[in-house]
Amino acid sequence: MDIKREDILHLASLSNFNLTNTEIESLGRDLQGIIKYISQLDELDTDGVEPTYQAFEMENVWREDEILEQEASREDLLALTKNEKDNQIKVPKVL
Amino acid sequence: MKTANKKVTAERLVRDALEKAKHFSDYNIFTFINEEGAILRAREIDAKIANGEKVGRLAGVPYALKDNFLSPDGETTASAHILGGFTSPVTATAVEKLEAEGAIMIGRTNLDAFAHGSSTENSYYGPTLNAFDRKRVAGGSSGGSAVAVALDIVEFTTGTDTGGSIRQPASFNGIYGFKPTYGTISRYGVVAMASSLDCIGFFTKTPEDMDLLMEITAGRDPKDLTTLPDYYNSIDRDSLGAACPSDTLRAALAKSSCSAEHIAPSESHRIGIIKDFDNESVDKEIRDALLKKCEMLKEKGCEIVELEMLSLKYALPAYYIIQPAEVASNLSRYDGVRYGFRSEKSADLDSLYNNTRNEGFMPENKRRIMIGNFVLSSGFYDAYFLKAAKARTLIIREYEKAFSKCDFILTPVSPSPAFRLGEKVNDPVAMYLEDVMSVSLNLAGIPGLTIPAGKTTEGLPIGLQLVGPRRSDKNLIKFSKELI
Repeated sequence: MDIKREDILHLASLSNFNLTNTEIESLGRDLQGIIKYISQLDELDTDGVEPTYQAFEMENVWREDEILEQEASREDLLALTKNEKDNQIKVPKVL
Repeated sequence: MKTANKKVTAERLVRDALEKAKHFSDYNIFTFINEEGAILRAREIDAKIANGEKVGRLAGVPYALKDNFLSPDGETTASAHILGGFTSPVTATAVEKLEAEGAIMIGRTNLDAFAHGSSTENSYYGPTLNAFDRKRVAGGSSGGSAVAVALDIVEFTTGTDTGGSIRQPASFNGIYGFKPTYGTISRYGVVAMASSLDCIGFFTKTPEDMDLLMEITAGRDPKDLTTLPDYYNSIDRDSLGAACPSDTLRAALAKSSCSAEHIAPSESHRIGIIKDFDNESVDKEIRDALLKKCEMLKEKGCEIVELEMLSLKYALPAYYIIQPAEVASNLSRYDGVRYGFRSEKSADLDSLYNNTRNEGFMPENKRRIMIGNFVLSSGFYDAYFLKAAKARTLIIREYEKAFSKCDFILTPVSPSPAFRLGEKVNDPVAMYLEDVMSVSLNLAGIPGLTIPAGKTTEGLPIGLQLVGPRRSDKNLIKFSKELI
């Protein structure tokens, strides 16, 4: 398939990237090449084959719903941002 | 491994390692040197030794962490700009286990940002140079960890392997590198790349050291529910079942191919070689090195079995669908809000996300995230992601069939020895082809050990990969001694 400029812009928006024009061009070329390469999977006959999403076929592994001791405190976690105010993390306006 | 004692103190071992790290600084191996912390820690261990207290199996042994392992010692950056300034409040389970045995972290090693790459050239901090030829790549993504051991700076280093990131750099630098069975070592506190493929492992100079590190770090961790019960230190299958807390997990294990005979030591030693890998796209000197080892094994009484594994041809395209899909999901958490780098030029929240991610990720990170979103998007999901997940089933079956005919498989690690810096960095598909012989193991969840196998006429190391069935890790490491 052909990757067009609008496809790259759509993928950039799904990925939350504010790409520059140079990047739109270079990623367009790169993604075209990669998609061509991975498309050779078409040749493989997978009719009637079940998919594997996890090599050990594990499903959900449950534990008791109880509060465990936390390694990192609220203060530790808030200390990771330079934008803390009154125990909250500041961000630019949303609307 | 040289551990500290009354004569050779931990402080001496640590200072020697720090000295060597400085001496080789132009190889760009480290993203952080833990000088002060390491010396303090060494003195604590020396005090214990002086008092006759019990010390661990790695007492005073200097080591380095691939910079995607979380610990409060130094920033954990995954060699990515977007994690710049991030010092972790938590410690990875693997790091806790190593340090509980007395190992001392002297530094953090360079990698391709977020472990995306096969050369360490995608690091925000620049490439690491090959230990044998400074014009060539270290391999990757765990390039810094491989070179730190190859140049004898430390006794061992940690690595992560999602598609070959331990085995290939080990091969390029002439040392041992092990990717265990999926789920053997806890991934808690390690920067996630592709969660169904990611494995923790090590670089060492000997198989004995590898075995010791596996004994120390293997086992179930309540903080990582994909970890398996500790089969590595126990070959008793019943106790495996009993140690397993969840019915679902127990059923999954019973259903999976890790049967008792794969855990019991093998006596017959039938070694498989994959016919499909013996072709002209593989460097002749590497093929010769493989043949030479096969001859050696025959002389020791092993039987060589030729295997035809047709679906392996599709392992690489399947991997470059599944892995980016999981990458796109795991890397969506980096938004500049809670930790790491934040782009300051944003007027609203959306542009904060978009600018931070665009400035903070390397080009290869962006390619993978976008390919991941492509293969998962509606309209393409069935043709790419679902198709790749089905190919994965076929690859698992192919290995199960192969291991009914042989005990281990011996293959090259990569088609060529270390390539030149800059040779492939602008050609993503050429770089992906580096992983053609390593990724199928991650898709199948099986272990692989890189073994040094001589050098090319140019003096570059050649590595071979010893592959075993699920949970054959201990026997595989033991058997690798036959290949020395």
